[in-house]
Amino acid sequence: MKALKKAARILLVAAFWIGVWALAAWGVGKPLLLPSPVAVAGKLWELMQTAEFYLVTLNSLSNVAIGILFAILGGSLLAILTFRSRLLRELILPLMTVIKSTPVASFIILAFLWIGSANVPSFITLLIVLPVVWTNLDEGLSQIDPQLSEVAKVFRMSFGRRMRLLILPSVKPYFISACRASLGLAWKAGIAAEIITMPRHHIGTMIGEGKLYLETTDMFAWTVTVILLSLVIELLFTSLLKRLDRKPIEEQEV
Amino acid sequence: MLYLDQISFSYGQKKVLENLSLTLNKGELLAVMGPSGCGKSTLLHLIAGLKKPTGGSITANAARISYVFQEPRLFPWLTLEENLRAVLNDQEAEDGRIAKALEAVGLSDAAALYPSQLSGGMKSRASLARALAFGGDLFLLDEPFASLDEVLCGELCVKLRAYFKENGISAILVTHRTPDAQVFADRILQM
Repeated sequence: MKALKKAARILLVAAFWIGVWALAAWGVGKPLLLPSPVAVAGKLWELMQTAEFYLVTLNSLSNVAIGILFAILGGSLLAILTFRSRLLRELILPLMTVIKSTPVASFIILAFLWIGSANVPSFITLLIVLPVVWTNLDEGLSQIDPQLSEVAKVFRMSFGRRMRLLILPSVKPYFISACRASLGLAWKAGIAAEIITMPRHHIGTMIGEGKLYLETTDMFAWTVTVILLSLVIELLFTSLLKRLDRKPIEEQEV
Repeated sequence: MLYLDQISFSYGQKKVLENLSLTLNKGELLAVMGPSGCGKSTLLHLIAGLKKPTGGSITANAARISYVFQEPRLFPWLTLEENLRAVLNDQEAEDGRIAKALEAVGLSDAAALYPSQLSGGMKSRASLARALAFGGDLFLLDEPFASLDEVLCGELCVKLRAYFKENGISAILVTHRTPDAQVFADRILQM
């Protein structure tokens, strides 16, 4: 019943914003500037009837997935290393700050020159997501309860056991928050890279072509595809986390 | 068993311990008393190796040191039984010592509960159970019964003393309750 109410609330909110969009499109009155939700849904349905839609979607999805995967692995490894070495952390910190504050477009153009269009989206996703993962995990590692660390030391817990029973559970909320933030960022960075570098059969390329040929409805349809994919992946990720998460039952104190 | 030779410790400019010497024999039970901030807990931290003395030396001929901290310090994401299992190796965890330790502190029925589901007193006893399960030839007890009522506290002091004496275990109990120190210890150190 609670889940049903929540779903109904989400649908109502979505309906509200689609309504606002429909009203705005009706007010503007020019599909070239702002197509209506119905026109975009029709276009999306039309695209979904073609094999190319799935090829394009799969290509972009794999780019983003590869980028996220390597960013999470790289960011985690780097966080462990910088946690153990203060000097390395001091060396890495300005690099992360530079990456975070540099416009994505600058990196995309540079990467395009260095590695060619095919690998740019994955590389850019990696580059944008890695600092987010590192920053979150770095914060998480620094927040490990020193009192529990003393318990681990006094009771001579091995490094493996300390990792499993103290470090990972302490860092888990920060890791989850890093993954959540990464999912949205990864799509933004990956699609932006595709729009600029135009690799064949990718969502960003389709959006770029939509812009070139003034096919605004196509652009919207592909953008909606990205939003839906991002939502589906986030939902999958959240349900996976719920299954993995074993929380103590919150009860009143005895 | 334990030799402290002229040890000193400071937090920055603030001297907490200065030239303290102490010997603890095998099987001897010592109570340490004194006003707040006189360095009682610091003394236990130094013996356990959690802090290094700024002067002097500590020699502990103990194969294993077990510690009951002032705060329960249980892993919040583990059940009570898992908290005890966490400090044992696989073989030790299966030899029945977890059940024995929980029974000794009256928490057998709470093994599957998480720390958030335990009262303050239960958490303190859980912390004691963890130290008992870990075992050792030297126990450091830092006001372990502060959150328990006087009757239960007295009972535990008697039980612990009997257990330590029976097994030839040495222990240092930091407490601010004179009756506990008198019931538990062979000797009282006033700081």
